[in-house]
Amino acid sequence: MSAQHALLEARGIGKSFFGIPALDEVDFTLGRGEIHALLGENGAGKSTLIKILTGVYRRDRGTIALDGNEVSPEDVGQAQALGIGTVYQEVNLLENLTVAENLFLGRQPRRFGMIDRRAMREQSKALLARYGLNIDVDALLASYSVAIRQLIAIARAVDLSGKVLVLDEPTASLDANEVKGLFSVLRQLREEGLGIVIITHFLDQVYEIADRVTVLRNGRLVGSRALSELPRLELISMMLGRELQHITREHQAEPETVDERGAPSIRFQNYGKKGSVAPFDLDIRPGEVVGVAGLLGSGRTETAFLLFGIDRADSGTATIDGAQANISSPEAAIASGFGFCPEERKTDGIVGDLSVADNIVLALQASRGWMRPISSAQKRELADAFIKSLDIRPADRERPIKFLSGGNQQKAILARWLVTEPRLLILDEPTRGIDIGAHAEILKMIERLCSEGMSLIVISSELEELTAVAHRVVVLSDRRHVAELSGSQLTTDAIIEAIAGTGRTEAA
Amino acid sequence: MIHARNLPFITTLAIFVIAYALCVLQFPNMLSTRVIGNLLTDNAFLGIAAVGMTFVILSSGIDLSVGSVIAFTSVFVAVMVGSFGVHPLTAFIAALVISTLFGCLMGAMIRYLLIPPFVVTLAGMFLARGAAYLVSTESVPITHEFIDAMMGFYIRFPGGGRLTLLAMIMLAVFIAGIFIASRTRFGANVYAIGGNIQSAELMGVPVGSTTIRIYALSGFLSGLAGIVYTLYTSSGYSLATVGVELDAIAAVVIGGTLLTGGVGLIAGTFVGILLQGLIQTYIVFDGTLSSWWTKIVIGILLFVFIVLQRTIIWYSNRQLAVRQLKEV
Repeated sequence: MSAQHALLEARGIGKSFFGIPALDEVDFTLGRGEIHALLGENGAGKSTLIKILTGVYRRDRGTIALDGNEVSPEDVGQAQALGIGTVYQEVNLLENLTVAENLFLGRQPRRFGMIDRRAMREQSKALLARYGLNIDVDALLASYSVAIRQLIAIARAVDLSGKVLVLDEPTASLDANEVKGLFSVLRQLREEGLGIVIITHFLDQVYEIADRVTVLRNGRLVGSRALSELPRLELISMMLGRELQHITREHQAEPETVDERGAPSIRFQNYGKKGSVAPFDLDIRPGEVVGVAGLLGSGRTETAFLLFGIDRADSGTATIDGAQANISSPEAAIASGFGFCPEERKTDGIVGDLSVADNIVLALQASRGWMRPISSAQKRELADAFIKSLDIRPADRERPIKFLSGGNQQKAILARWLVTEPRLLILDEPTRGIDIGAHAEILKMIERLCSEGMSLIVISSELEELTAVAHRVVVLSDRRHVAELSGSQLTTDAIIEAIAGTGRTEAA
Repeated sequence: MIHARNLPFITTLAIFVIAYALCVLQFPNMLSTRVIGNLLTDNAFLGIAAVGMTFVILSSGIDLSVGSVIAFTSVFVAVMVGSFGVHPLTAFIAALVISTLFGCLMGAMIRYLLIPPFVVTLAGMFLARGAAYLVSTESVPITHEFIDAMMGFYIRFPGGGRLTLLAMIMLAVFIAGIFIASRTRFGANVYAIGGNIQSAELMGVPVGSTTIRIYALSGFLSGLAGIVYTLYTSSGYSLATVGVELDAIAAVVIGGTLLTGGVGLIAGTFVGILLQGLIQTYIVFDGTLSSWWTKIVIGILLFVFIVLQRTIIWYSNRQLAVRQLKEV
């Protein structure tokens, strides 16, 4: 074995869940003393790759070599023992234990078979001192801030594993100063020869701390590059899947015809919420498709939550047909004729054990109240009509919806809202995790719906999809609406530039 | 240092001391070693079962099979010794092996079939009770010179009280439980699983084997409680100890262990048992009160403690939120 081996080398990694590929032929190489950013949108396969490297999942295909020796960690404990430690964003340490107990869980120093609390305390202090932390290690973890917990988690992972450190969104809940502190710790660890993998969606931070970047999209490897020779614009286009070339808009709806639809019927003015999305103006005309573009964490989903009343706006007004509307809850939004298909279909959308028909009538029943149940004949009729018109397969209204494919589940959720005949339908990532055929059908359906006069807001990380289907695209960056593109300006390049432009001015 | 998480325990301890002092003011005789000795002996089987229950609840589980397992072991031992003439020691060992394996099985079902502990141990409760009926539906008296020797062994306190073998077994179980919970890796893993099972798993805690060992421990201690109960009543009866698991849960909760798991002390359960015993003793001393007052007071105490725990959680969350706001 020569010393030329990379620290960690994964080749041709593949993994499927229930027959749907989550990772396909992905390579990943991490060097010693390297900080390597792993980027991609939601569902790109970042967390699947990390979970395979750290022993949470087992790979279907491919090889992983650590220090040139092939490894197959079967669980987290094995990966830790091999030298791969992980710090997750949320589920991490145990709040009900003390700092020292957290640091030494599963490897407590013992004397005569009993845990030696004194030794544990001393070793904990010594361990944390290396990271500049001088805290009471006998206090509960819950009494410390997220930033300190993060350092404790890193200290544990490095002490436990010592070769590879994986950080999943480590800066998501830290302020600027805390991020600075964390990065100086990471640089110190890099000096010590550790290989560090960092998942984040803050591009500024990637450029500040990382040496290399690997980009995944839709479970495939897009590329792996040194950051010093990768302009920001190119990185964003790697992530969003557009090479820098001008393409013309493909859909038929011309801007002029949209303006002919007349004045906006739904207007949000100076609408926003502190800590969620900065105040923005948004006008929606009947029969218009408004796209929302932005990177992960830019405020896309937060915008949808505001519009649908899941989060309450703390500034601005909403007007519908000239009258002020108070959209303070999803019920109020539904009453105003809004519908919302959330991004997390499995957790927020479908009710898996209910039948297709029950799922379809859910929103209608909710809007009528439980005092006026929908008769089963009416339910059958509605369900059959939508199963037919949306081509939901298998065409069996009594089948529990969890047994349908992703695309068909998505159609059933669409049907749920269409039953209520909304005037504005908000779709968050309507085509994620569904196959190509269903993808095209859903895009076609969006066009048909708006030709029938319904307004739609489509949030998507697929830029081609947005430019193809939307009349106008609102671009978000850093939780602000930074641009609105329509007509001939509406190209994938323009969107990427709008996203990158603001990022650059902020970095400067 | 007093953690907020130990506040329920300290409250229970304070309530016990105050309640005992009030009892003694009214009935000075309640301070005698005789009363204390009887209190320990009368509650020995419950205390032993409650130690197992504490581990289960600390891991955010529940074990409803305890009372039935106690009844089964007591009938099993009585029939083995009384009807088949087996030596008591052999019968004890056999009973402990059966109850431990029974606990193992329930733990494995909870972990590997992902069935909630409530459901698995509910099934276990019916199964063990049914098995007890199968062994005998009669009350089976038990006499053996070895058992007489065991019951004749005690330490005399000054003042006439006796620390019986049964009380000694309970105290030994509590001491062992305290050490296991606070000074072994197994104990730390129990707290970790109760705190957050996903985090624990990601931190490398062997969740599977720990879960099985928790329910095996509870099964073993239920079996031991059954043996102690047999010695205490000198008989085995399949209809006995119905609902004892609920008394054990009450002692655990009153002792400051959170039903949601992850927080609590074995010593707290001991105080919980003493508090229940104290109420019973008071009712005996008073003579006019119905024994149902025990249940009423326990019910009120449970309410008080659940509200107290909620308040503490709410308060510490708020403190944390305030601190984090300040940091921002």
